Amino acid sequence: MTSTPSSHLAPLHLAVALDGAGWHPAAWREPHSRPSELFSASYWTDVVTTAERGLLDFVTIEDSLSVPANPLEPVDDAVDRVRARLDAHLVAARLAPITSNIGLIPTITTIHTEPFHVSKAVATLDYTSRGRAGWQVKVSASESEAAQFGRRDIPALTDADRQSIVSGILPDFVRALFDEAAEAADVVRRLWDSWEDDAEIRDVEQRRFIDRDKLHYIDFEGKYLSVRGPSVTPRPPQGHPVVTALAHQRVAYELAARTADLVFVTPFDDEQVTAILGEVRAAEEHVQRTGEPLRVFTDIVVFFDAPEETGKERLARLDAQAGAEYRSDALTFTGTAAELADLLLRWQQLGIDGFRLRPGVVVDDLDAIAGELVPELQRRNVFRTEYPQTNLRGLLGLPIDVPNRYAAGTPAA
Amino acid sequence: MSSQKRKQVILGAYLGGVNHHTAWWDPQAGSQIEFDSFEHTARTAERGKFDFFFLAEGLALRERAGQIFDQDIIGRPDTFTVLASLAAVTEHLGLAGTINATFNEPYELARQFATLDQLSGGRAAWNVVTSFDAFTGQNFRRGGYLDRAQRYERAEETVALVRQLWDSWRNDDIVADKASGRFLARPDAGEFAFHGSHFDVNGRFTVPRSPQGRPVILQAGVSPQGRDFAAGNADAIFSPYGQLPEAADFYRDIKARAVAAGRDPGDIKILPSASFVLGTSEADAIEKYREIRDQQVTGQTALVLLEQIWNLDLSKYDPEGPLPDIAPDPEAPPIIQGRAFIHQDRFATVAKLRAVAESKKLNLREVVIDQFERGPIVGTPQQVAEKIDSFVSNDGSDGFILGSHLVPTGLDEFVDDVVPLLQDRGVLRSDYEGTTLRDNLGLPIPVQREHVTAR
Repeated sequence: MTSTPSSHLAPLHLAVALDGAGWHPAAWREPHSRPSELFSASYWTDVVTTAERGLLDFVTIEDSLSVPANPLEPVDDAVDRVRARLDAHLVAARLAPITSNIGLIPTITTIHTEPFHVSKAVATLDYTSRGRAGWQVKVSASESEAAQFGRRDIPALTDADRQSIVSGILPDFVRALFDEAAEAADVVRRLWDSWEDDAEIRDVEQRRFIDRDKLHYIDFEGKYLSVRGPSVTPRPPQGHPVVTALAHQRVAYELAARTADLVFVTPFDDEQVTAILGEVRAAEEHVQRTGEPLRVFTDIVVFFDAPEETGKERLARLDAQAGAEYRSDALTFTGTAAELADLLLRWQQLGIDGFRLRPGVVVDDLDAIAGELVPELQRRNVFRTEYPQTNLRGLLGLPIDVPNRYAAGTPAA
Repeated sequence: MSSQKRKQVILGAYLGGVNHHTAWWDPQAGSQIEFDSFEHTARTAERGKFDFFFLAEGLALRERAGQIFDQDIIGRPDTFTVLASLAAVTEHLGLAGTINATFNEPYELARQFATLDQLSGGRAAWNVVTSFDAFTGQNFRRGGYLDRAQRYERAEETVALVRQLWDSWRNDDIVADKASGRFLARPDAGEFAFHGSHFDVNGRFTVPRSPQGRPVILQAGVSPQGRDFAAGNADAIFSPYGQLPEAADFYRDIKARAVAAGRDPGDIKILPSASFVLGTSEADAIEKYREIRDQQVTGQTALVLLEQIWNLDLSKYDPEGPLPDIAPDPEAPPIIQGRAFIHQDRFATVAKLRAVAESKKLNLREVVIDQFERGPIVGTPQQVAEKIDSFVSNDGSDGFILGSHLVPTGLDEFVDDVVPLLQDRGVLRSDYEGTTLRDNLGLPIPVQREHVTAR
């Protein structure tokens, strides 16, 4: 693929994915890590403050309904890992009042949750953050999560299933769960539209608080869900908060193309960047996506060089502590901020819209992102030097006027 | 002032919302949705050394005759999200929210409250309500309807399971010792199994033990079954009684039931909700209240309130005339949907209203005011402080959950003018002593139960 001469002028978007003490399982043992504070507000406050100091577009907060574990490895009884986590959406809500510009995108799982609750929860985060909310859609596909709810059975993954997932082919029941997730996300968006922006009229003379013609039953009847609506929460400030999804293969690209504004992908090299972008565009075509194209962000796990130790040495030391070589679904980068900047700009030239960095060790690598990588990108004139006055959609270059599918004069979606 | 410590007044603050009491028509009224309104009220309550802030919930918009009700406030934000955001702008105030036990799964709601508790340093409280209406169910996967007996059974199991999840981590399960590399004290921290008739679940809970042991549980219960459930399970009960002596009867009854359930009567708090109207003189306060009430209960509002009893369209009746001369129709499809409905004998209620109208010579609207409007606490700041203190010291309750008809600034004058008087009387703290909601309420940290896991 060739780059157009002007493409290097496009603004680069930068985000971080937060997960406990960091993405490396031994991250919590690092000298600066605060493992006993991982479940308190003080830790998350400091982390998001650093991210906002770095002028990042947004933070995502990982979640699952089971104790943290590598989904591709059977749950073990390890006591040397961070085996606990908070509800990510509520962490984001706790952070909303103490931040003012950075986007807050918690993971909220589908399948065992209620789209009605998810819709009003994300809408309310959009209110309490004043237009900075998003949602990372995630499928709960594990047997263990299902057993905690007792409402339905999901079969355990066999070794053959795991092999096939790694090679990019999903078992049928998992494909159905993705289909259901797309339906859930559709319901969530419809509920956001179930109040028109100007539904609240406060007409004192007529004693009418709302114009009921501007509230809409969604009357959704799908393959998996039926939800009547309207939402109890008025339309969020952004209209539609930013919907995101992580995707590794075709079924997930199609889920993203059906439901998301932004997709996180995991190429390991230039060739895969191009190939994945092609797959994403093909998925968009296949699901007949209309409107804005998916924004494509690349996930990269980062271990930066430190004054005393290279990133590579840090990673090796952490691996030795964990007793195993670190494996990730995303590219693992070790090196200097300048080297990472080179990579980001090269991939941007190939058509990537932004990058979500997964700090190997949150306290150290997020500091390096804010303190070294961002200044490096600013020196190259590819990253903002202050936040513009806009909401998260505006920050990401998404249209800030989102038509309401139910409003008179809006063509049916 | 006597040297003996006087019975303390517990204060909660609610933000007026979806009902005809909240004066959205007032030029000073603010948003029911924007975070500023919640932040202002919570900060004001904390300035007044209140014990907690309370947020109600509703999961379907109210309808009348098949149309969304438009005369009064509808719409509200998500309870959990607002409370978690309020944790960032308050330090001591308890954060209590209603969450429906029917339309939320125990694992998820236990996790959300446990998270709120961690993020607020031990200030979370759950007001348990159950719902059984198929109308609200249309917004959820579970959909359907639970009959009354099943509804309590499910609620009991939900509370038991949620408690088990909150107890699934021990205080010392997180070691987080960098040197040895040991994060967990035991490999099965958080493990649980529960086999009931509504829930058959097992797994691992992801949130470590609460800074206050367990979140506080609030409940309402009027029926004997509801009272027993609450007396056995709750840390605090919403009392429907704002007047002595029936309030004191309820108080004694609940404390006795708690003792019968093997609990210390001091470990369950009884709290009616109330609004207030302050004036420069008693006459001024009464006049203000009349003005507010006339706007709250318009003729139209009175008719709608009666429609909930008659279950018929009464819009053709004159609010300034006599009560409708027709019989109620319990069999018709509900004319009002999405409101909490207290089971009652419609015919008996109508007969009672007719008797009141007859004996007091009241028209339709006046009967509604007389029978349905639980009067606020009205008076000068001195009088209001005196009434609150006296009601609590006479065991009408352990305190009040207070709210104003005016959102969000209505609580300000209470905190400015009444709170110092309560403090002077020695019945309200002048500063917070502890850090958790249990500290505020004087509740002990609950004993952790050991659960035998089935795996």
